[in-house]
Order: sequence, then C-alpha cells, then structure tokens
Amino acid sequence: MSKWLNPRSGLGLTLIVVALVALPFVAGMGGQAWVRILNFAILYAFLALGLNIVVGFAGLLDLGYIAFYAVGAYLWALLASPHFGLHLPFWVILPLGALVAGIAGALLGAPTLKLRGDYLAIVTLGFGEIVRIFMNNLNAPVNITNGAQGITMIDPVSVAGLKFSATTTLFGITITGPQKYYYLLVLLALGVILVNFRLQHSRIGRAWQAIREDEIAAKAIGINTRNVKLLAFAMGASFGGIAGGIFAAMQGFVSPESFSLIESIMILAMVVLGGMGHIPGVILGAVLLTVLPEALRYAVVPVQKALFGEVLADPESLRMLIFGLALILVMRFKPAGLWPSPERRRELSEKTQ
Amino acid sequence: MSARPVLLEAQAVAKHFGGVKALRDVSLTIRQGEVYGLIGPNGAGKTTFFNCMTGLYVPDGGGFVFDGAPLKADAPHQAAERGIARTFQNIRLFGNMTALENVMVGRHVRTKAGVVGAIVCDRGTREEEAAIRRRAEELLHYVGVEDQADDLAKNLSYGDQRRLEIARALATDPKLLCLDEPAAGMNGAETEELRVLIEGIRADGVTILLIEHDVKLVMGLCDRVAVLDYGALVIEDVPSVVQHDPRVIEAYIGVAA
Repeated sequence: MSKWLNPRSGLGLTLIVVALVALPFVAGMGGQAWVRILNFAILYAFLALGLNIVVGFAGLLDLGYIAFYAVGAYLWALLASPHFGLHLPFWVILPLGALVAGIAGALLGAPTLKLRGDYLAIVTLGFGEIVRIFMNNLNAPVNITNGAQGITMIDPVSVAGLKFSATTTLFGITITGPQKYYYLLVLLALGVILVNFRLQHSRIGRAWQAIREDEIAAKAIGINTRNVKLLAFAMGASFGGIAGGIFAAMQGFVSPESFSLIESIMILAMVVLGGMGHIPGVILGAVLLTVLPEALRYAVVPVQKALFGEVLADPESLRMLIFGLALILVMRFKPAGLWPSPERRRELSEKTQ
Repeated sequence: MSARPVLLEAQAVAKHFGGVKALRDVSLTIRQGEVYGLIGPNGAGKTTFFNCMTGLYVPDGGGFVFDGAPLKADAPHQAAERGIARTFQNIRLFGNMTALENVMVGRHVRTKAGVVGAIVCDRGTREEEAAIRRRAEELLHYVGVEDQADDLAKNLSYGDQRRLEIARALATDPKLLCLDEPAAGMNGAETEELRVLIEGIRADGVTILLIEHDVKLVMGLCDRVAVLDYGALVIEDVPSVVQHDPRVIEAYIGVAA
C-alpha cells in the first residue's frame, strides 16, 4: 500500500491527485453537509499543523492556540463585512491575517519565554481565554467586535468575481460553494504541509528540536533560544491566522463562542493523537477527530434503534462518551500516536522495554 | 610559553549562592594554544567557574575578557558565538536526535539560513545545508563515532556520548574548548583514547580548558594547572610545581597532624 501511495512515484502521485480532486464530489453525493465536514477536517489539519510547530517541533506546550485562529477570523470579519463597511479582497486579508496573528503569537509568547511544561501550559491557557474575553467585550465604548452577538454577513472568498458561497456551473459541471472552498483549502493545506516539512528539515527546525530536547545545551552551543522560541510561536500562530480567515469567510459569521478552550484542547488532541512532530500523523489526527464525531452523530441514533428498538441515550452525550473512550484507548495502546515518526516510535518502544 | 598571547582572562570573578561563596575573586589567565587544567576537590567551584564563563550564571563580581573584548554576562549564545564551546559534567546531548543531527545543531552559530531560506529552499540554503552535513560528518569521523551517525544520541555508549558531545562543541568552531570532567566514568583504555583526542584538538590550534579529577590525565596533558579550593584560587603554575605545592596537598589530603 505504501508503494502505491508514495507521492514520489508517478502512479502514487496521480492516485493522490485524483483522490483529492474527486473527494468533494463523492462526499457531495451524501449531501453538502459531508463536504462541509471535509472542509472542517482540512481546516483543522491546517490548525494542527500550525500547533505542531509549537508543540511538536519546539516542545512548547501551548493551550491557548485557538487565540490566533480567533485573531485571523476576526481580522477577516472586520475587514470584509458591513460591520465597518470594509470589503477588502482575500489576497490582502489572508497575508495580513497571517502577519497579525504571527505578531500576536510573538507578543503572547514573549512573557512565557522562561516557562516550561505545565507552567507554560497554564499561562498560554490564560492568554487564550483573555483573547476570547476581549472579543466578547470589545463592543463598548467603541463597538469593534460587536460583543457576544458576533459579526454577521461576512464576505465569502471571491476570485475574479466568482463568489465561493454560491453554486456555479463551469463547463457543464456544477460546483457548490463548499466544494469550491474544499479546493481552496486543499491548495492552502498543501502549501502549509510543504512549509512545515521544509522547516522541520532546516537549520531552524533543528534548533527547535534542540530546544525541545535540552534548552541549556542548546544555549551553550550558541542557539539564541529567545528568538528561536518566539519564531516558533509566531510561525505557528500565523498558520492559525490564515485558518481563522478562511473559517470566517466560509461561515459568514464569527462570534467569541467559536474560540473556547475546548477548541484549543481539541487541536492539541489532534496533534498528540496523530503523532506529535510527525506531519502525516498530525494530518491523520485532525481528519479523524473532525470526521469521527460527525460520523458518530449520524450513527448513534440508527444503531440504538437497531439494537434496542428505541433511543435509550441522548445522541449528543453518547457521542462524546464514545469519542472520549476512543481517545483513551488510543493513548493506552498507541502512546506515540496513531502514526508517529519513526524516531519517536523507537523512542517510546525502548522506554517500555 | 609565556610569550603566547592571552586568550581568556578571568578578573576577580565572584559568585555566591545565598551565604555560600562558590567563587571568591578568582583571577586566572589562559593563553592561546595551551591545555589549561582546572582542578580541585569536589565543591571547589570548578563547574561554577565554567558556568559563569559560558554565561549560564551571572557572576556577582568581576568578569571575563576573552580574545581582547569583555564577555557579556547572561548571554550563553553569545559566548558560543565569540568562540567558547563547552561540554557538560553530566552529558547533555539532544537524546532523541541522531548523532549526526547533534553535531549539525552545533553548526547553528556559524550558519545563517532563516525561515524564508528554509521555506523557499534556494540555492544558498541548500548549499549551506550540504556544508553543515559535510562538516558534521567530518567531525563524527574525527572523534570516532561515524559508525553511529544515524543512531539516537541516547542509545550511544557512555564513552561515545562523551565523544559526541566534544564533536558537537567542536562544530561551533571554538577558539576555547571547555571540557567538564570528560574522563569521568571512563575506563583506562577510554581515558587513553580521550587523551589522544584532546592532544589532536590542541594540535589543531584550539585552546582547551580542562576540568578533571583524573590527576594522571591532567598532569600528563596540561601545560598549566590552576587549583581551586573553597572557591578560591590556590595556585596557578606548571604541573610539576603544582604537584609538589604543600597548599595543594593540604587541599586534597588535609594538614598533617
């Protein structure tokens, strides 16, 4: 199987491209809801890859990552909605979102530089909450974020007059809004994967890894740990900012509710469950943790009806129960994640010997 | 010997932890090209001196002049940039990176590829990356752990880990290499190999500061030796003089009754 799917072989590459192109149409047969779920899976993969830089590469446990997603989403919402009457095009907002989120990442990272492990987690958790509460309360005295009501009627992405929110017919093929977003997201995600991969195998990536392994030794051989850590925070945050912008455009609506602590924890779970520091693993984690709860939502009621003839447990709570159980099982039997990097697998299997 | 230019000068370096005076105005001079031994009983302040010099501790008094300019306190990465590399008493490798990667990280201060270079992967970056790899492989070969290049550092044998740490330090192109008890825990054969390695590094023109308990190794290798006791400098001289100094014997064995 690995030979077939190896992107370095011509056949593997073709298969992957065909699968990626066909996927939204296959999913679309089950209803546009499934395409939307797919889009969220990619969006979360995007976020998980960003967090992976901070947590997986540099080893900085960040529990407030969702804040940068929020920054990106609100930036788009403010610059492309009737709220301020601004309607900037996406190619201005997306890079700006990455930049602003990156700066926010460095600013929030700066006070935490001397902290590690648990202490860093607590402080970043606090920062994440601060950003959300800011969004919630910045409606007075000057109304910037419109408070808890959020911002509505946000412009969708539009390229050359082609609005991504509507269905269009191109060359006899009907493409729905979510399907268009799917292709945009796939393109962006491929870019993010490339950036991640290149960073990991670079001088900077090695410096991050060195800090993760032993910060004092890293300092002693001349790594400016302050700058390199800030860089990790900024790079991770900028991916969050881009993802946030697409999220705002896709939903047409943002409110502080979307950026709660549980979202940060979910993204962290994707990174850890998939395989910390390993790019394919992180993507797998994100896709599974997005699709699985949705699939369970559709499965819980019919399965209960088939087994007991009636619905015994509330679908929502049962869904989270199964989800939690699945997480525990994975961590019990695959502690390095579902698809760990070869080194990390070695590292953990040796520990248990 | 005294004609050699001064590389490092410690000027009345003092450091205390609460009421404990770990270093009491220690002044000493290391000259270019020599192997300089720093010895003393446990707790004499040898490692504290190292940590002050390499910026991990901020001295409470005094300072260092290195290669003609003062060393900034509290800036470990700048010490490495200026040309001071060190190993640690309790080995501090990047355990979950391969031996080769450990040495490649050591090239960090002498290279400059940034985020943009890494992402764009332009020709300059690719060439620099290849040069880093080549130099790291050379150094692994130099210290004799080339066969373990792709093993995780933590899986190397104890002696190999010591050697790898030296290779990583050498990767920063140091002018002064500080070794903190490199022979600790080594058997006779390994210590002898280490002695040969240190001789080789000296022959390449790197000045070496050596903290060591193995008296035979220190007396055989060092051009000059300083003895610390209770944080104070007892004597700084050639090994043959130091060996017979009554104060040194007293520091190690105690006063005759």
